[in-house]
Amino acid sequence: MTQDRIRNFSIIAHIDHGKSTLADRILELTHAVSSRDMREQVLDSMDLERERGITIKAQAVRVEWKGHQLNLIDTPGHVDFTYEVSRSLQACEGALLVVDAAQGTQAQTLANAYLAIENNLDIVPVVNKIDLPSADPDAVAREIADLIGDDPEHVLRISAKTGQGVEDVLDAIVERVPAPSGDPDAPARALIFDSSYDQYRGVVAFVRVVDGSFSTREPLRAMALGTRFEAEELGFFSPTRSAASTLEAGEVGYVITGLKDVSRLRVGDTITSERRPADAPLPGYKEVKPMVFSGLFPTDSDAYPELRDALERLKLNDAALFYEPETSQALGFGFRCGFLGLLHMEIVRERLEREFDLDLIVTAPNVAYRVKPPNGEWKEVHTPSDMPNEVEEVEEPYIEASIIVPKEYVGAVMELNNDRRGTFDHMEYLSEQRVHLTYELPLAEIVLDYYDQLKSRTRGYASFDYDMIGFRPGKLVRVDVLVGGESVDALSLVIHRDSAYDRGRALVERLREEIPRQHFDVAIQAAIGARVIARETVKARRKDVLAKCYGGDISRKRKLLEKQKAGKKRMKQVGMVEVPQEAFLAVLNLSDEKKS
Amino acid sequence: MSLGARHLYVHLPFCAHRCGYCDFVTVVGRHSQHAEYVEALLAELELERGVLAPQLETVFLGGGTPTFTEPAALERLLASLPPASEVTVEANPETVTQELARMLRAQGVNRISLGVQSFRPHLLEVLDRVVQPDTVRRAFYHLRDAGFDNISFDLIYGIPGQAPSDLDADLADALELGPEHLSCYELEAKHGTRFTHAHGEELERQADAMEWYFELVVERLTGAGYRWYETANFCRASERDLRSRHNLAYWLGRDYLALGVGAVSTIGGRRWRNTPRLAGYMQALESEIAPEREIEPLSHDVQRRERVMLGLRLDEPLVLGDLAGVVDERAVSRLELLGLVRSDANRQTLALTPRGRFLGGGVTADLLV
Repeated sequence: MTQDRIRNFSIIAHIDHGKSTLADRILELTHAVSSRDMREQVLDSMDLERERGITIKAQAVRVEWKGHQLNLIDTPGHVDFTYEVSRSLQACEGALLVVDAAQGTQAQTLANAYLAIENNLDIVPVVNKIDLPSADPDAVAREIADLIGDDPEHVLRISAKTGQGVEDVLDAIVERVPAPSGDPDAPARALIFDSSYDQYRGVVAFVRVVDGSFSTREPLRAMALGTRFEAEELGFFSPTRSAASTLEAGEVGYVITGLKDVSRLRVGDTITSERRPADAPLPGYKEVKPMVFSGLFPTDSDAYPELRDALERLKLNDAALFYEPETSQALGFGFRCGFLGLLHMEIVRERLEREFDLDLIVTAPNVAYRVKPPNGEWKEVHTPSDMPNEVEEVEEPYIEASIIVPKEYVGAVMELNNDRRGTFDHMEYLSEQRVHLTYELPLAEIVLDYYDQLKSRTRGYASFDYDMIGFRPGKLVRVDVLVGGESVDALSLVIHRDSAYDRGRALVERLREEIPRQHFDVAIQAAIGARVIARETVKARRKDVLAKCYGGDISRKRKLLEKQKAGKKRMKQVGMVEVPQEAFLAVLNLSDEKKS
Repeated sequence: MSLGARHLYVHLPFCAHRCGYCDFVTVVGRHSQHAEYVEALLAELELERGVLAPQLETVFLGGGTPTFTEPAALERLLASLPPASEVTVEANPETVTQELARMLRAQGVNRISLGVQSFRPHLLEVLDRVVQPDTVRRAFYHLRDAGFDNISFDLIYGIPGQAPSDLDADLADALELGPEHLSCYELEAKHGTRFTHAHGEELERQADAMEWYFELVVERLTGAGYRWYETANFCRASERDLRSRHNLAYWLGRDYLALGVGAVSTIGGRRWRNTPRLAGYMQALESEIAPEREIEPLSHDVQRRERVMLGLRLDEPLVLGDLAGVVDERAVSRLELLGLVRSDANRQTLALTPRGRFLGGGVTADLLV
């Protein structure tokens, strides 16, 4: 198809504003799927996505509308995935900006709209859910128009649920989104914007062809890594896989590479033809730096190789995932993993457990720190136990938080941010009811439970997004935890000096509850360097017997004993002390303690 | 090498009423069925006689309340059972009359296990026991008068409402009578029983207290010259070996045949449990066929584990031999270091130290591979 009949677009929306429903309706309307076969939210192929109602991986679907080829490139909607959104946006010329008619603009709407504008995309604004009784389409249309500098009359009003107005959306895409403008005769170049792995066919790359064209069986090369492979199969999704003999300039589709080693093809790289290679790759993506880290350890230490393989697979289409081997005295061999944020961490963990059937212990998350030892060089630390005892200076990452909230909750949000070492930056009214607040906060203050707190203090009305704004000095100390006199590396934490005592206190108290009584007294201590700041004791058991045992009781007693034995096997040995795996999560739950 | 089981258990399920905390197979009343049930027992004995050794070491009549059984039926049963060097009958104090004591003695019974439970009236009431403290004493003297020189008391601690002073007084009262043997159990209230329902909160309080109630029991009884020969069992130190030979058979992993409704036998690597339904049991044996049974094959590995689990309940060291294979060497070293286990120089034997015995459950779980 000639490029002037191609339109590549994404849908950007806050979570639950109806992106997936709109995508489904578009597929239905263009006969890509019959309504009988329609599963709700066709695009979200992973179970996990379907269950959580969020979209993790971008994926592209081709549909036909009035003689045009429309490629819908799906984008994730959550705060952690800004990076992936920008990846998807680079493969498009336009974006549908979808906003809920009852809820109005949310923090992510702002973030993603700005992202689209930065990527020079043409925006088609859409107010969705106009069928809701609480909908106020005109007010929301004014908000959007204000945001993107458009006329409110230009904002489409639809209900993806009922289908009302969806045809107008398709027409608007054809009319308002520019056609691709690559050179069909130039040496072929395609941007890899996503990939997946098929057990039989190897790495599958999702590409946007910019210049030239590709055909089946053609020898290809990934320009950054130099990996050579053959296009075993080309094609597109509509939404099921359809093979095609060529992919032309402007088109979006997939390339089956046959590559079995997932590390040899990277998202963001440019594919070119071996026969007539391009001189320069397309502009790639800026490397994103993970800012939240935690240790992932297999419950069963024999599963370490499986965990390594699984991480390698995930990394394939999750370039933001970072991992390096880590050895913990308490937890054995595992990986220190870096994530974009907490949700990203949670999703990686769930995918590892669900798709790869691994049982994991995930240590409490922490952020990256920059430290300068006395007379030493600055270095970055990803693990609290790597933080040197003696430091001259420490820096921690800061974010700019963007929060949109009904005006009656402004006080609650300010209080939360003050508690979290936040600095007020800016406040503006988006409408009479809704306020946009910005704060600067240490990232460490939001990695644990900030989002939950924000939601509960605003009855769920607040929306939140953030941007990294760099490292800043902080008065930080490392708190170590000693169980039975042995330091437990997996429980160390880095924390602001002012809250070290409270946290240390809360942590040892929580551990006292989590560690079962043993055959001897177990001291649990929190310490900064050699100074113990909190101490608790798990008193020794004095009695642990199966009272009476005669002929008729033996089988039952044996089973009880086996159960007790199995329970012990699930524990991790710290010196002589048996520590249940839950105890390693104790750091995560400290905030409950603080509140009460 | 097995020449047949040398230990026989006979279950008599009948009781005057059901005590709230009890989880044995029991049947209330049914006097009319007692004689018939005894015939069923004897029929089962006939069916299984082949698994018994020619000469038995022990016979144990348990329940239920064996002494609640119609005297004539009980007498017929005792007269028909094979002789043994230790014949024990469980008795509830309120059932022990002069006549009964004499009859038992005449029928070759030489050991009585008396279900005392407590000497405190308010605690006996909690346990649904109809007995008065004096009844216990009277029963005890009837038995002594009839010539019983081997009497055991069952005591229970951790009863809802029990104060430490109550337990102390119970132990003192028991010691004053001077039985040859004492079994002291913590009250095990099963979830979902009406007893647990009625006493839930108080049972939780008792669970905390139980830790040192157990220590108190061991301290008092060993202080009075009793040997703590098994986790919950004590015998007077004497020239006679006053340990329960029948129960020792269980703890040493010997084969035993058990007759009666709900009774569990273990012979030659096979364990079976008779149906707990009285009607089903009697019907089957009326037709001279074995009652419905639940069978549990015991692998070599399971048998060895059980022998470790049971053997470590005793004060005498467990001779390891082929049991070494199911014992975790490193756990032995660790537990020795903690003073919970002792072993001889070549690790041929294993025993728990006194402190290890208080923690016997957890320590055994540690020791098994």
